[in-house]
Amino acid sequence: MKDEITREERVTNLKGLGSSRKRVEDARFTQGKGHYVDDINLPGMLTGDFVRSPYAHARVKSINIDAAMALDGVVAVLTAKDLEPLSLHWMPTLAGDKQMVLADGKVLFQGQEVAFVVAKDRYIAADAVELVEVEYEALEVIVDPFKSLQSDVVLREDLDPTAPGAHGPRKHHNHIFTWEVGDEDGTNAVIDDADVVATEEMYYHRTHPCPLEPCGAVASMDKVNGKLTLYGTFQAPHVVRTVASLLSGIEEHNIRVVSPDIGGGFGNKVGVYPGYVCSIVASIVTGVPVKWVEDRMENLMSTAFARDYWMKGKISATKEGKITGLHCHVTADHGAFDACADPTKFPAGFMSICTGSYDIPIAYLGVDGVYTNKAPGGVSYRCSFRVTEAVYFIERMIEVLAIELEMDAAELRRINFIKKEQFPYNSALGWEYDSGDYHTAWDKALKAVDYDGLRKEQAERVAAFKRGETRTIMGIGLSFFTEIVGAGPVKNCDILGMGMFDSCEIRIHPTGSAIARLGTISQGQGHATTFAQILASEIGIPADSITIEEGDTDTAPYGLGTYGSRSTPVAGAATAMAGRKIRAKAQMIAAYLLEVHDDDVEFDVDRFVVKGTPERFKTMGEIAYAAYNQAIPGLEPGLEAVSYYDPPNMTYPFGAYVCVMDIDVDTGVPKINRFYALDDCGTRINPMVIEGQIHGGLTEALAVALGQEIAYDEMGNCKTATLMDFFLPTAWEVPNFETDFTVTPSPHHPIGAKGVGESPHVGGVPCFSNAVQDAFRPFGNRHTNMPHDHWRIWKTANDLGLHD
Amino acid sequence: MTNQIVKMTVNGEKKEILAEPRELLIYVLREKLGLTGPHVGCETSHCGACTVEIDGKSVKSCTMFAVQAEGAEITTIEGLGTPDNLHVLQENFKEHHGLQCGYCTPGMITRAHRLLQENPNPTEEEVRFGIAGNICRCTGYQNIVKSILSAAAELNAAKEAAQ
Amino acid sequence: MFGLALIELPLLYSEVYRRQGGHRMITSAFEYHRPSDLAGALSVLEEHGDDARVIAGGHSLIPMMKMRMADVPHLIDLQDIADLKGITIARGIVTIGAMTTQHELINNETLAAAAPIIHEAALQIADPQVRYMGTIGGNVANGDPANDMPGLMQCMDASFTLIGPDGTRSVKARDFYEAAYMTEREDGEILTHISFTAVESGFAYEKQKRKIGDYATAACAVLITKEGSKVASASVAMTNLSDVPVLSEAAGAALVGTSCDAIAVKAAVAAALEDIDPTEDNRGPVEFKMHVAGIIISRAIARAWSRA
Repeated sequence: MKDEITREERVTNLKGLGSSRKRVEDARFTQGKGHYVDDINLPGMLTGDFVRSPYAHARVKSINIDAAMALDGVVAVLTAKDLEPLSLHWMPTLAGDKQMVLADGKVLFQGQEVAFVVAKDRYIAADAVELVEVEYEALEVIVDPFKSLQSDVVLREDLDPTAPGAHGPRKHHNHIFTWEVGDEDGTNAVIDDADVVATEEMYYHRTHPCPLEPCGAVASMDKVNGKLTLYGTFQAPHVVRTVASLLSGIEEHNIRVVSPDIGGGFGNKVGVYPGYVCSIVASIVTGVPVKWVEDRMENLMSTAFARDYWMKGKISATKEGKITGLHCHVTADHGAFDACADPTKFPAGFMSICTGSYDIPIAYLGVDGVYTNKAPGGVSYRCSFRVTEAVYFIERMIEVLAIELEMDAAELRRINFIKKEQFPYNSALGWEYDSGDYHTAWDKALKAVDYDGLRKEQAERVAAFKRGETRTIMGIGLSFFTEIVGAGPVKNCDILGMGMFDSCEIRIHPTGSAIARLGTISQGQGHATTFAQILASEIGIPADSITIEEGDTDTAPYGLGTYGSRSTPVAGAATAMAGRKIRAKAQMIAAYLLEVHDDDVEFDVDRFVVKGTPERFKTMGEIAYAAYNQAIPGLEPGLEAVSYYDPPNMTYPFGAYVCVMDIDVDTGVPKINRFYALDDCGTRINPMVIEGQIHGGLTEALAVALGQEIAYDEMGNCKTATLMDFFLPTAWEVPNFETDFTVTPSPHHPIGAKGVGESPHVGGVPCFSNAVQDAFRPFGNRHTNMPHDHWRIWKTANDLGLHD
Repeated sequence: MTNQIVKMTVNGEKKEILAEPRELLIYVLREKLGLTGPHVGCETSHCGACTVEIDGKSVKSCTMFAVQAEGAEITTIEGLGTPDNLHVLQENFKEHHGLQCGYCTPGMITRAHRLLQENPNPTEEEVRFGIAGNICRCTGYQNIVKSILSAAAELNAAKEAAQ
Repeated sequence: MFGLALIELPLLYSEVYRRQGGHRMITSAFEYHRPSDLAGALSVLEEHGDDARVIAGGHSLIPMMKMRMADVPHLIDLQDIADLKGITIARGIVTIGAMTTQHELINNETLAAAAPIIHEAALQIADPQVRYMGTIGGNVANGDPANDMPGLMQCMDASFTLIGPDGTRSVKARDFYEAAYMTEREDGEILTHISFTAVESGFAYEKQKRKIGDYATAACAVLITKEGSKVASASVAMTNLSDVPVLSEAAGAALVGTSCDAIAVKAAVAAALEDIDPTEDNRGPVEFKMHVAGIIISRAIARAWSRA
């Protein structure tokens, strides 16, 4: 058969790796035909809604549901007493703690769930919630983690203060864990002896992922067949199924968990919330489906928050600027329950990546977790398990060290980067960084922005300001981050005991198209588009002919879900490996059809070719048909494969960001003039999708750095639980971002890809923050805490005397 | 309270629904008319995910009672194109990656539709100002703006060609 | 007054968080009235007294009803009342129907020529969707200290027409606001028109906010007329810097007769700052607001002067 198209066209037609393939998801989303939890309407479905505590800390003296129950259309009002016989009034958290599903004797944060009203519709449920009478006795509130560790007030009366917690001994009744890594004595000795030491304290403030779609679930107990179906906003549907089975006693094969379309996750939708548990119980009790969807205030006040890390750093260096040691201590405010969605053995996530992109010979990290009267959680919001905190820490410490050394911060970074030859690099805190070429990326970035030119411009602006010619100052924000994603190797990474492998199962159809199911679940990342591309390149079937399915635990192979940028590193690897199994069988089928030895054919884009005789080949389409049509000795019919991939290591994407910012010192208003982002995520599957992830992560970073926060007053009242005060930038506040890249493949990943979704947020926040800090550096600023909203920027200027 | 019959034209079709006065338009559209394109993202009228078009105005349908829409002509995302004949905006949002999770998209495209009626040839700044009532968490807006500008250019080129 | 608790806006949402929950999307039940004329609206108001309230664009009232911070057993929709629409200019007097939307204000070319400050201010209110529905009447009538139109109307020395069971009366914007959510309007009255004399002036509406859609951290409306090279008249009014809009007579007086130089502006700012009383909220502490207010006022004066 003579080819009518070129090899290059065959590659293009596949839309495999490297193609900016348009998304298959867009057809339904642009036509309003997405299928999200709140779109689900089942016959007889009831609505659930919570009575929540106005108090941050109080005894619950009584709950009177009579008036609520008397309202026509109210079916049930559940309290802890109703859940207790099922042992469901409390549930285990992902961090080895437990949390109340409904208030059991007391409440511990404002907005905590107290009672669950189940009614015929949302209108009756809303009225009924108002009618539930709860008597509270206010208790002393603790919102400061340092005060918490000194206080006689016992927050968690359910815990034995003398017994160890999930991560070891507890130092105090409000203490959760101490986690340490590295060599403290050695590090302190180096620091004590050093030429130069920079010390700094910094607070990474509490914020929240705030996906546009809030959390929700529809639980449907089929009493006839004894099967529970649970639809919901779950970033880890299989884990939810296992947890639901353990909690309810229903065997896993009788539970089907479905994550439909999810309107953004960002880590907010990993854990199990009281709303899910209550809707399951309500459905089991009533025998009809029960829907619970929270509103925005509930989302911001009670679901998985992010950050709240108080970090103290000491960094030592030689006079020439070579870093010799790093000491980090963290006080971690976890709120009322430690509900962090971390791998079990890492109560502080991967904070120990805090040596960053720098070759630091010795280091120590200690983290103390603390209870306060705030919402539970801590790990979420594109954080890669505390990597946002770690990178903010080191990217601020390097700036503070630069000030101490009176050096340029870009140069200080360059002096200390891990060199290309040092990879795989073993960090002082125990990570093996897989690959990197930091110097190339840094040079490329600084050249792209004309860094020297920017510093010159800045110097002129400082002079002009001091002469009184202008009231705006200029900041150059730098960030060079190393991420750690792709959790993770089963030997040390698990979620509630489930090893953090992931999976892909592929089935090729007789007429040459395919379906692949994965253990991950997209919340906007475009898996249906990009994973088909991985497969297309592996098995030579066009991506347009491959359906990717995720999220239905009845059909998808077990996976640990999507968060922490793990899908490409782990499920993407499983996809490639499963694809290679397909290709291996396809090779044998091709050889049989071509009547040659298995070794005499080789794979070429979309076909198997007889070596040396390229005009003799079988396309994947022909091979697929043959799999169902031919009786091949030694081979089963059909063409499918499954792979469960246990990654040998994490992956380490990295990047170089520069932000140029003007600040009006009188009003505190910043203006971003330029933002340049260079990302290295190894092999780039779909450049268009990568660029979209960078834009999105940087925008969330802008929000966090420039004003977004979850703030509490002294009484534990949340001050920022609506979108009036919780800063979500509009299109007007967000600049255009310039994106660039280098490619340093991961040596251990089947296709060299590292993952990218969280990188822009991890690297972006310190970049924006450093821009603000850098603007004030010539006037004496060392460190100012985020968020840098107008009034805090104004205060920085005020404190530095710039208003005099 | 007293249910009322509300007559509206929705996506070109005459509709009659029975609703309590307190039923918000967003829920009537989603739950009584099965139009689940517009979404709920907040309760303080900030996010714009519920945006529809009413009598030539972009409106947050979560901040209107259905009874207020008596006699009105309403267009939701579902009325902006068909699978065989997508609206230029829908095509351009796909072409330029103007969406990720899709939750803001119906409101965003519906708003962009009205924006281009107000101003068929907007600058980038005018687009950003014009969609400032629609929050997106995924895209960072850059590709949304690109999609809208591209759609505008295409619509204008078609208009010119027709003349 | 209003069937609404006296809660200052900055605290409004924090009060809501302290409530015990309930889906904050669903209002209490109410009866809906949609009169076709003013008489119909007035009669419902008279019949139900405190239990009745009019709704204009709904973008202040409906969110409050959803939060259950406002309980309105009888809601009177004004959208069908033709008398409340329209913008007319006659003998130098501009009359705007209360149900005129911000969008209509912005896009009315005659109004933009007669009173460009309204165009400039309206564009800084909320976002496009809210501007399609939000009305000038709703913005001036409810006494929300964060709304932009009240201060602007005081700057323009506008008057509000109120129609009630006892007839029609006119109240100056400068006399209308008593405290947060407390105005001169009696419960049974409806604010029907806003009117002012169109005077060709240098103008500016300067507003600092955290983002599009936010209320002002500080906002200032300035109108200046020039005679020769001196300020002939000046009015300066501030928004969201007290529990009511603030027209600073002293600030205006400090500019009159001057060439609006740096010294005069400084004096005007100092005078204006004496007249405001901002409260701390998520936008910042009092000290910050006072400083920003001064900056905003001086920028507004400078811009208005440049256009005079």
